[in-house]
Amino acid sequence: MAVKDYIRERFFPHMWCPGCGHGIVLNSLLRGVEQLGMSKNEIVMVSGIGCSSRISGYVDFHSLHTLHGRALAFATGVKMSKPELNVIVPMGDGDALAIGGNHFIHAARRNIAMTAIVMNNRIYGMTGGQYSPLSGYGTAATTAPYANIDHDFDVVQLAKAAGASFVARTTTFHARQMTDILKSAIVHDGFSVVEILTQCPTYFGRKNKMGGAAEMMEWFRDNTTPIGSKAKQENPDLIERGIFVQEEKQEYCAEYENVIKRATGGRS
Amino acid sequence: MPKKKLKEHLINREWCKGCGICVHFCPKDVLELDEQDKVVAARPQDCICCMLCELRCPDLAIEVRVEAEQEEASESR
Ligand SMILES: Cc1ncc(C[n+]2csc(CCOP(=O)(O)OP(=O)(O)O)c2C)c(N)n1
Ligand code: SF4
Ligand code: SF4
Ligand code: SF4
Ligand SMILES: [Mg+2]
Repeated sequence: MAVKDYIRERFFPHMWCPGCGHGIVLNSLLRGVEQLGMSKNEIVMVSGIGCSSRISGYVDFHSLHTLHGRALAFATGVKMSKPELNVIVPMGDGDALAIGGNHFIHAARRNIAMTAIVMNNRIYGMTGGQYSPLSGYGTAATTAPYANIDHDFDVVQLAKAAGASFVARTTTFHARQMTDILKSAIVHDGFSVVEILTQCPTYFGRKNKMGGAAEMMEWFRDNTTPIGSKAKQENPDLIERGIFVQEEKQEYCAEYENVIKRATGGRS
Repeated sequence: MPKKKLKEHLINREWCKGCGICVHFCPKDVLELDEQDKVVAARPQDCICCMLCELRCPDLAIEVRVEAEQEEASESR
């Protein structure tokens, strides 16, 4: 199937601003799904609320557009009742780690098989540019006109510590790497976290005087480096990209099946 | 891998929002925005079919079509 066969063309052009990185995430994800040769029927996309969460309206998979911060809770219900389906959960940084932070760490801890994508634009795009737990110290936002004093989470460290069995990071500049990582994350049998640095030129870019979409992508190019690179040793401020964790670990739905078997003495 | 040969750039003018990402990062300076802020292939003869414009377009608005013959040749290797 061609990439266009996986979208709901009737809703295009989409609602994202010119140059919004969320569209590149959609683009790379569609290519990954296409390269894996998956059918639309075996994928469920569950999202919350935010500009990022609007992605579920554009894909022609099964889709649920739910509540802000609660996508992983709904996704857990879907996966528990239909473990044979592939569940993909794209979330905004606010969605995943502010209001949804608790769902995030517990889904990771349980190691339930699904792909959590954190579309990290370091801002609340949809509601007008308020700072998020990923904005970072010293950044500007509508709600931090005199500079943000909150420190940010490191999504990779957080996901690792919480127990996710697949953890990766990439950016919208690195579209090919994004597709490759998303493919590995989707086929991984456990909780996969993929953080994608993505640009919101309308709020984060404008507030922080980072230029337009292309300049923001140049920032991703210039401030990231492959995991363990020599450049990282020389400049510890560089943000690492790649797959940090990829391990086998008891998966929640499979374990739940085992519980049922034990409880019914093999009669079910 | 044999060189890919360009057939055409398929540009969806309804979907293109003129963000300029494809123009900015094209390694061969093939693309331009026109007076309506829609992308056009101004120098298609210079295109090396790297596909980067297509892969990075947030609006799925540009597609790089390569010659079918060449495509088969590259797949058979
Ligand atoms: C329960 C609840 N609280 C708050 C909101 C308002 N709200 C909508 S989207 C959003 C944050 C969006 O930021 P993010 O999740 O980073 O997504 P983005 O728009 O940046 O992609 C908020 C606070 C809401 N819809 N529901
Ligand atoms: S406000 Fe920001 S995140 Fe929302 S669509 Fe516009 S650029 Fe994208
Ligand atoms: S990247 Fe896409 S939307 Fe942006 S100018 Fe190029 S074709 Fe248009
Ligand atoms: S395929 Fe590569 S060289 Fe050709 S127009 Fe696109 S970015 Fe430029
Ligand atoms: Mg955000």
